[in-house]
Amino acid sequence: MLTVYKVGEHDRAVVEEFHKTPIGHHSPALQRVLNVFRSEPTAGKYVLICTKPHKQWVLGQLTGERGKPVKILKDQVFTRLEDAEREVFHCGCQRVHIRILARYP
Amino acid sequence: MHSHFSVRVAEVQQGEGKMKITGYCDKLSAAPDETIKFMVNCELPTYTVEVVRLICGDTNPKGPGVKETVVKTPIDKTYKGRKQTIEAGSYVTIPSNPLLERLGSFSLQALIWPTTPEKGRQMLMAKFRERDKAGMALVISERDSSVGLVLGDGHGHEEILTTGKPLLAREWYFVGASYSAETREVALYQEPFAHYPLVSDAAEVHTKTKIASIGKNQSPLMFGACRSGTGRGKLDSKYNGKIDRPRLANRVLSRAEMEMLKQGPVPVQLSSAVIGSWDFSRDISSLKVTDTSPNSLHGEVVNMPARGMKGYNWTGEVMNWREAPEQYGAIHFHDDDLYDAGWEVDFTLTIPAALKSGLYAARLKAGAEEDHIPFVVKPAPGKEKKIAFLLPTASYMAYANEHFATNAALVELVGGRLAVLDKQDLFLNEHREYGTSCYDSHADGSGVCYSSRLRPILNMRPKHTSTLGGFGSMLWQFNADTHITDWLEAMGYEFDVITDEDLHYQGFELLKPYRVILTGSHPEYHSRQMWDAMMAYQLHGGRLMYLGANGWYWRIAYHPEVPGLIEVRRNEGGIRTWAAEPGEYYHSFTGEYGGLWRRQGRPPQMIVGTGFTAQGFDISAPYRRLPDSLNPRAAFIFKGVGSV
Repeated sequence: MLTVYKVGEHDRAVVEEFHKTPIGHHSPALQRVLNVFRSEPTAGKYVLICTKPHKQWVLGQLTGERGKPVKILKDQVFTRLEDAEREVFHCGCQRVHIRILARYP
Repeated sequence: MHSHFSVRVAEVQQGEGKMKITGYCDKLSAAPDETIKFMVNCELPTYTVEVVRLICGDTNPKGPGVKETVVKTPIDKTYKGRKQTIEAGSYVTIPSNPLLERLGSFSLQALIWPTTPEKGRQMLMAKFRERDKAGMALVISERDSSVGLVLGDGHGHEEILTTGKPLLAREWYFVGASYSAETREVALYQEPFAHYPLVSDAAEVHTKTKIASIGKNQSPLMFGACRSGTGRGKLDSKYNGKIDRPRLANRVLSRAEMEMLKQGPVPVQLSSAVIGSWDFSRDISSLKVTDTSPNSLHGEVVNMPARGMKGYNWTGEVMNWREAPEQYGAIHFHDDDLYDAGWEVDFTLTIPAALKSGLYAARLKAGAEEDHIPFVVKPAPGKEKKIAFLLPTASYMAYANEHFATNAALVELVGGRLAVLDKQDLFLNEHREYGTSCYDSHADGSGVCYSSRLRPILNMRPKHTSTLGGFGSMLWQFNADTHITDWLEAMGYEFDVITDEDLHYQGFELLKPYRVILTGSHPEYHSRQMWDAMMAYQLHGGRLMYLGANGWYWRIAYHPEVPGLIEVRRNEGGIRTWAAEPGEYYHSFTGEYGGLWRRQGRPPQMIVGTGFTAQGFDISAPYRRLPDSLNPRAAFIFKGVGSV
C-alpha cells in the first residue's frame, strides 16, 4: 500500500456516499478510503473486460505476472459500470472489516 | 495472489486475448499516386478488404456513433489469410565469415551489466546454432545465473561450463572464456567492478571439457541472442542487459592479454590473434556496429536495442555521449525490443488521384473478426485546402500498444474507477511480441525509449476504448481525434489531413498553404523540426487551433537512417511512468538533450499560450470563463458561448 492510513470500521460513514456516487468527485473522507483500496498491488487487482461496447462488462483479475492472461470471472457480469464499482468497493470494505449495512438498491 | 476478499465466482476463464486478424502499413500518410504497402496476419482462411474514410470511431450510444464511408479502390477483394508472427528481442548480428568458421581454439570477452541474471540461459556472444548444438557461446547460465561457456559438437551434444558464482543484477563485470582445441582446456573469468561484503561473485575457473571439437554452423556471430537454425530460425536465449566492448580471438588468450584488449584499440602484438574488437560507441545514431580490428567484421543491431548507454567506465562526470563516446560503449539489449515486424506484403494501394485528403483505413474483415489499418491521404501538391488537421502521429507512436491497464498498478487510482479492457488490451497483454510503448517498461524493468510504427498498433484504431479516456466514451489519442474529423465533416468544412511525421520531414513548407491548422486532442510529442515549423507558421501569421491539452510537452527524435522510429528520454522530471538513468538523458538518434521541452527553454506556452500543470483521468468538467475572455478581440471565439 502506498499510504499509512488504516481503513477500518471508523470509515463506515463513506459507504453511503460511494453507493450514491461511485464515479465522480468524492468527499476527502471517501477519497482517502479509495486511495487505499485502489493502491493495492497488481496481483489480484480487479479490472473490467468490455464484452459489448458500452453495454456489458465482466469482472476480471490481473495476475501481476507480465503476459499472463487476465482471469475472467465469468458470472460477474454488469450492464452498468457503477454497479461493478459498488461490487468491488464492497470487497474492499469486507477486507478491512467495514460492515455493509445495506446494499445499494 | 494477495488477500483480496473475492467476489462470488462460479467460473473462471483465461486466455481471452485473441485477435485473429491484425495488420499494419509501411507509411502513415501518402499523397495521390504514392503507394502504401499493407501487411496482414490472418489466422482465418480468407479476409476481405475495403477502404473506408474514417469519420468517427466512437461506439458510445450516447455519442455521435461510428461513421465510416466505403471508398471503392482496386484493393477491394477477398484475400487468402496467412499467419504472420512477430519476433521481438534485440541483438547484434555479424554475418558469417571464413575467419569465424575456421575457429578452433578461441577466446571471448566482454564487459556486461546484466539486468535479469536469474532469467535462464542468455547469450552474451554466440556463434551457436541451438537446433543441433553447433558452435560456442559466452552465456549467463540457466544453471546458476553465473557466466558460462557453452560448447556444442554439432551432433546434438553440448557442454556448459560455468563459474558457479551468481551474477548480481545491474552491476558491471568483466567476463571472459577461452577454449583450447588441442588440450580441451577451458578458462572462465568473472570479475565484478563493485565489491560488497558477504557477496561472492568473483571467479576464475580452469577446467577441461569433453567436447573435442566445436561444430561448424555457418551462423552469424550474435550478441544478445542466438538462433535455433541457420537462417531465420527462432530467436533463442535472449539477453537482458548491457554489453560493452566484446572481443573475439582465434587462440587462448591469457588473462593479461585479455586485459590488454579490454579497453581500446587492438595492440600490435595481439593483432594476429584478434578476430573482432567491436566498439559500440561508434555510430551510436546508426544501426551499424563497427569492428575496429583489421578484419572489419562489421555488423548491425536488430530490433533497436538502446544505444548511447553508459558503459562500464562511465565516470559520472560526463552526461552527454557526444562529449565522451568512449564512456558510452554499451548497448542495452531487451528480450522484448522491436523495430520492424518485417511481415510479407499482402496488398498495396496506390492512392487514386481523385481521393480527397483525409483519414482513411483499410478495413479487414474475416468472419466476425475485424481490424482497421489507418492511413492518411495527403493533398496533391498545389491542391491544398485552407484547413489542415495535423494528426498527432508522434503521440500515437509514443502510446503505441501501451499496457497501462494490465501492467500499471495505478490506473484505477488515477482514473478514479476500475480499468476497462477491450479486446486489444487483452490481446496485447498476452502478445508481448507486439512491442511496447514509451510508457511501458521492458521486461527487465528499464524504460522503453524507442517506439516503432512498423508493427500493428492496436490502440490506433477506430472503436478502441482506452482506460485513460474520460468516463463516458473512454477515448484517447487516435480514436478521440475522430471526434475532430467528425466535427469537420458535420460542419461541412473542406479540410486536408497531414501528420506529425510529414511535419518533421517537410517542416514549415508543409504548413505554408494553410490558413488554419487544427491540432489533435493530445499533441504531446514533438521533434525540434516539428516545433520549429509550428513556430515559424505562427510567426508568419498562421492560425493554430489547439483542440487538446498536454501539448508540446516531451521532446522526441526521429531516427536519422530508418523510417517510423521515435525516441523519448524521460529526463529530470515531468509526469512520467519511468525515469531515464542518470547520464542517459541525450537522444541516441541525434545527440539532442531529451526530456521536457519546457526544461529546454521552450515551454508549451510559446506555441499554444498554455501549458501542462497537472492531470486527471476521472471525469471531464467544463471550462470556466475568466474576465479576459470578455475582451472584444476574443468575441469571435466566444460567439454562442455563455458568459462568466
